Amino acid sequence: MSDSFYLTGIDLLAGGLLLVTVGVVWRRELAAMARLLALQGLLLGAVPVLAGAHRGDPQLIAVGAAVIALRAGIFPRLLFARLQGEIGDDRAAIPLVSTAASLLLSAALVVAAYVVGSPLVALDPQGATRAVPVGLAMVFIGILLLATRRRALSQVIGLLVLDNGIDAVAFLATLGVPLVVELGVSLDVLLALVILGVLTGRMHAKFGGTDLDDLRELHE
Amino acid sequence: MITAVLVAVPLLVPLVSAGGALVGGWRPRAAWANVAAAVSILAAGIILGVRVTARTEFTAGHLLRADPLSATMLIVIGAVATLATWAGVDYLEAELADGKTTSEGARQYVILVPLFLSAMVLAVEANNLGLVWTAVEATTIATAFLVGHRRTRQSLEATWKYVVVCSFGITIAFLGTVVLYFASIHAGASGSVALNLDTLSAVAAHLNPAVTRLAVGLLLIGFGAKAGLVPFHTWLADAHSQAPAPVSALMSGVLLSVAFSILLRIKVISDVALGLTYMRVGLLVSGLATLVVAVSLLVGQSDFKRMFAYSSLEQMGLLAVAAAADTRLAVAGTLLVVAAHGIAKAILFISAGQLQHAHGSTLIADVTAVGARSPLLGTTLAVGVAGLLGFPPFAIFAGELAMARGLSRAGLSLPLLGASALLLVGFVAISRHTAAMLLGSEAPGSPSLRVTGPVAAPLVIGLAASVVLGTVGGPLVHLLIAAATSLGAKS
Repeated sequence: MSDSFYLTGIDLLAGGLLLVTVGVVWRRELAAMARLLALQGLLLGAVPVLAGAHRGDPQLIAVGAAVIALRAGIFPRLLFARLQGEIGDDRAAIPLVSTAASLLLSAALVVAAYVVGSPLVALDPQGATRAVPVGLAMVFIGILLLATRRRALSQVIGLLVLDNGIDAVAFLATLGVPLVVELGVSLDVLLALVILGVLTGRMHAKFGGTDLDDLRELHE
Repeated sequence: MITAVLVAVPLLVPLVSAGGALVGGWRPRAAWANVAAAVSILAAGIILGVRVTARTEFTAGHLLRADPLSATMLIVIGAVATLATWAGVDYLEAELADGKTTSEGARQYVILVPLFLSAMVLAVEANNLGLVWTAVEATTIATAFLVGHRRTRQSLEATWKYVVVCSFGITIAFLGTVVLYFASIHAGASGSVALNLDTLSAVAAHLNPAVTRLAVGLLLIGFGAKAGLVPFHTWLADAHSQAPAPVSALMSGVLLSVAFSILLRIKVISDVALGLTYMRVGLLVSGLATLVVAVSLLVGQSDFKRMFAYSSLEQMGLLAVAAAADTRLAVAGTLLVVAAHGIAKAILFISAGQLQHAHGSTLIADVTAVGARSPLLGTTLAVGVAGLLGFPPFAIFAGELAMARGLSRAGLSLPLLGASALLLVGFVAISRHTAAMLLGSEAPGSPSLRVTGPVAAPLVIGLAASVVLGTVGGPLVHLLIAAATSLGAKS
């Protein structure tokens, strides 16, 4: 595989990741958001697979396959399993900010990501690192989702977008962190997801819904 | 070889205890196995502290390390955990007797507490920053269901906020870790060891400054969130007040300091790569902001568990300010306060748990005349708070004195002045609230405050430890100064 083909592939994947992330901001139904999240995981896992094919490194391909299995398979599956239990109103995110405003904010965040990411790009302007700002943009948009959606599961989706973004930065900048770290991190995220799922279930039982505005007994 | 064993014991013994409860289910013996695990951490920490006072040793293929700072933190974890798990024996008996938890709930408790301990040990022993990160996130995972152990609406709310805010904060730290890894590789480190703390120190002078600034900023925010530093401190009071008392003792007494000790490690790298100013400004700003938030919430506080939680927040703010000075005196003082605060908070939260159990309430207004009604709880409350507020002969007094001298020697008199003024307000607030609980006349119909054996023992031992640490802290001070030196602090 030639260098230019590889870099074009990386650019396409990065563009796809950004598009899917904006899609998550745009959609309001949790099920649609979860499907987009699965697509995001697939594109993310394709980055190390492509790099592995380019360098003839089977370990990278294996890592990519594992990322796809986890982020396009297991994580969305857990979300869907949780969504089965939600009814009616609980299946849509409640944004504090309108969709149009959220999309405008996302555009601003993408610009900010390019500014913040410029020192990283400057250090390695030729390779896949130049796409790193896309990962940072995913991180920022994840934070936006976390801050402006008031449904328990939509906060979980925000956290996952954030986490996918950091993984994207890792793969684009350095072809991933050392394996022991990647394993530990994936296990932690998986367990955190399971815990948040259980808590969402308990919230249904105690509050009769998952609107986070119901969580207001503890304050000063 | 001996070091390898000493490093492995505090990691593995708690896991054995958790495994035993996983297989064997709930038995009172399982709660005592937790105590044994805590004691093993303390013992390994002390022996390591004696052995490694001047050097750093690595084991498990450079994944784990033993140095004065990790030995210090092991001692603090072990000491607080011994008190907390011992009190946990009584907590579980009481909850089971009251029907507030089932044997399944008790089993969950005795599995999760040692897992939590093991994760904290890994966080202070790991040499790879990514592994440190994994361990810190694992503490969140292990404690989530402990915070929510009572299964009330409030504890569910606290758990949700705790998991979301801490996971978010710690995720930001992971982004910082990834960016630092990138900088480390470009500074010539090889991939598999590029995140090792010793490698990072070695290549620190060659790290790209612009990229490292971004990484260190993210790491400060992320691990700062877990240490309770502003702006992501919001989870702290909810989680610490809703968790069962022994778990609150662990979270307030050591978990915050464990996260804080990681900031000290990052500072070593940042100081070489970026100069002193960058991390100093970050620590001063977040430290002073944390102090302002904590003190303002202490003044009008009506809930005693939240008061102790905000007092921990106050201490963390103070530690961050003191860590900004790079003098040996200030850093050693910081670590002495970490140790003394841990033990004081263990005593106070265990006592608070007894008061909560007797009164069915955590409101300061509901509790009066503790001094007259229970000599033991009166003493622990008075001594714990006196130690916390920095009265001599307790160790926080000596620690704060060292911090103050270290700060002024580093030319940071202005932040010192600000911190002192805030501490003074906190001092008045905490003493006023505590006096309201200790003194006064007994309200009619107050429940009896009978303290049973399994709680009296750790309380008395904790009291003794506070006094010993304050009066004959010599051997520990030697270790603390070695730790400060190994962190690059100058005399």
